[in-house]
Amino acid sequence: MTEQYRADVLICTCPACTKAGAPEMQHALKAEVERRGLAGEVRLVETGSRGFCSMGPVVIIRPEGILYCQVHDVDVPELVEETLVKGRIVERLTYKEPETHKAIPHYDEIPFYDKQMRVVTRNCGLINPQNIEEYIAVGGYQALGKVLTSMAPKEIIEEVKKSGLRGRGGAGFPTGRKWEFTRNAPGDVKYLVANGDEGDPGAFMDRSLMEGDPHAILEGMTIGAYAMGAHKGYLYVRDEYPLALRNLNIAMEQAREYGLLGQGILGSSFDFDVQIVRGAGAFVCGEETALLASVEGHAGNPRPRPPYPAQSGLWGKPTNINNVKTWANIPVVISRGADWFNQIGTETSKGTMIFSLVGKVNNTGLVEVPMGITLRELVFDVGGGMRDGKQFKAVQTGGPSGGCIPEELLDLPVDYEHLKEAGSIMGSGGMIVMDENACMVDIARYFLDFLKDESCGKCTPCREGIRQMLSILTRITEGQGEMGDLQVLETLAPVVKEASLCGLGQTAPNPVLSTLRYFRDEYVTHIVDHKCPAGVCKELIEYYVIEDLCTGCGVCRRKCPQEAISGEKKEVHVIDPALCIKCGVCFDVCKFDAVGVR
Amino acid sequence: MPKLKSIEELQKLRGQLQKDIKARTEMNTTVTVGMGTCGISAGAREVMHAILAELETRGIDAHVTTVGCIGMCSKEPLVDIQQGDEPRITYGNVTPAMVPRMIEEHLIQGNVVEEWVVGRVTGQEG
Repeated sequence: MTEQYRADVLICTCPACTKAGAPEMQHALKAEVERRGLAGEVRLVETGSRGFCSMGPVVIIRPEGILYCQVHDVDVPELVEETLVKGRIVERLTYKEPETHKAIPHYDEIPFYDKQMRVVTRNCGLINPQNIEEYIAVGGYQALGKVLTSMAPKEIIEEVKKSGLRGRGGAGFPTGRKWEFTRNAPGDVKYLVANGDEGDPGAFMDRSLMEGDPHAILEGMTIGAYAMGAHKGYLYVRDEYPLALRNLNIAMEQAREYGLLGQGILGSSFDFDVQIVRGAGAFVCGEETALLASVEGHAGNPRPRPPYPAQSGLWGKPTNINNVKTWANIPVVISRGADWFNQIGTETSKGTMIFSLVGKVNNTGLVEVPMGITLRELVFDVGGGMRDGKQFKAVQTGGPSGGCIPEELLDLPVDYEHLKEAGSIMGSGGMIVMDENACMVDIARYFLDFLKDESCGKCTPCREGIRQMLSILTRITEGQGEMGDLQVLETLAPVVKEASLCGLGQTAPNPVLSTLRYFRDEYVTHIVDHKCPAGVCKELIEYYVIEDLCTGCGVCRRKCPQEAISGEKKEVHVIDPALCIKCGVCFDVCKFDAVGVR
Repeated sequence: MPKLKSIEELQKLRGQLQKDIKARTEMNTTVTVGMGTCGISAGAREVMHAILAELETRGIDAHVTTVGCIGMCSKEPLVDIQQGDEPRITYGNVTPAMVPRMIEEHLIQGNVVEEWVVGRVTGQEG
């Protein structure tokens, strides 16, 4: 019998699912499908991520549209027997609504996906990124074909301008205008760059896209190259992303083989090729001028603008640089048209935005939503609300140099302008949700500590300013702060903002300023009362035994690494504050909630 | 793979490749085969293979799904055909030999094979 596949089993091979056991599960699934004689009927497809990263390994079965979470090798026989052979749903593997524990077996009924709109990540988790034929089958490279046969370069730029697409790397500059600058810049040799140097801690939008749909980025770049008259492009990808690098390399090789990259693309006279440059992991290299210096082989230091890269970029030639997400938007803008695209979103921010939603929400993962969705919808609907019934405290948008937005602003529509007004940034799409257990002073300190290490050191206000702000914050978290420190922070922050060359310094004070703006009372409590209300800052807290609850079981005494806890069996125990190093082990191990923090 | 030389070649290739991802494409027609133990013992798997082969030969775009026992075990193998908002038609005691006529009349000519119908579900209940 020839193979007539009835069903496709999509297996996520992203690093999160891989770590959770996807390869072992896939191996078992392959063996079981063969053993049951289903090999000609059920096809296994390795895909990129569909974003539901907290639920990995994730398996989606089409055409039924069943989504199974946390599928391990031991679950395979039941999955095959019940679902693939008998068409029944294995309820224990389905997604459960966090509050009601109701099973939701179908992908399109899960609230996590309900408010999402997958435009850029349309193919992530749907196709095998290592197989160009699947990309072509879902309509890939049709937009490229369209521009090569029926659009003049100027028309393409007009279409991109009309779409309202803005740069997805963070600054939000209108993409069409940027392209026009590069096209109109004098010179025969022009370059394109795709920025895949994602450095925000906890963010993985760019990585997932490069892993899950590399051809969309290549197609977008090729269309851009045709529009701007470039013949050479560089893909700057951080070396910490081995799977992204592998999938991009495979994609480039296959695209060349099919005549979709290289000389005479699709039989036309247009030539364009792409080369990968691996970034060594410096956060500042995500900044465009630092990135260009790094591509040229220099240290990744930013330089003043103007001249902008569109006038003088790589080796002094006009260069257009866009984030990988921006590039992946281009095929959609061309094939569906600017008028379709600019209906999505708000007045000033069109299209969708990808966020890596992490922190204390039930559903963490990668989400793509239309611009203008509120933070409340993101946290409580898409994110499924706060984990463990805790209270929401703040959400940080835009990576380490974004601001922390409090509960009263949760109804803020997410777009470039509103986030800026609230003292934060869109950034590249990081989104960290914090609950009542987060100390906002400590959060600000944490991000400045990161930025201190990542400042390239070229501009004194950034290099020294961040260091000074950090030392003040550290002092406050240790109970040594003074009220005057707050004024110093408020004087220093604008200087760092104004007098730094690049985006790193210009946004570095955001965590401090936004927490001072919305959570000033927490700073005051640290300084005046020497207390940390969230119970985070070690110097300001004390662990103690709640006498009424202690059963004298002795678990804390045995677990304490400092032998700071004493007490007879079945008697109330005591913690010696002089010996206690506040590691919190006793708090974690007590089964009777008899250890308190004050 | 020889290089694609024109957009026409790209479109032609896409047309050929589209059937490989049928299961992942939205479709108007779904054929569902009862695959409970009752269905399987009555020959549902053979019926499903006959359906898959017939759809392939005639180049019909349809999803084929399976479902557990719905309680009408004496009429197995049961095959449901759902097209858009049309009522869902259930055929009973289907054998591989019946498949070509079922597909020809129902999916190509648009006429339900009334003599084999054992159930019909309209609207939301389906």
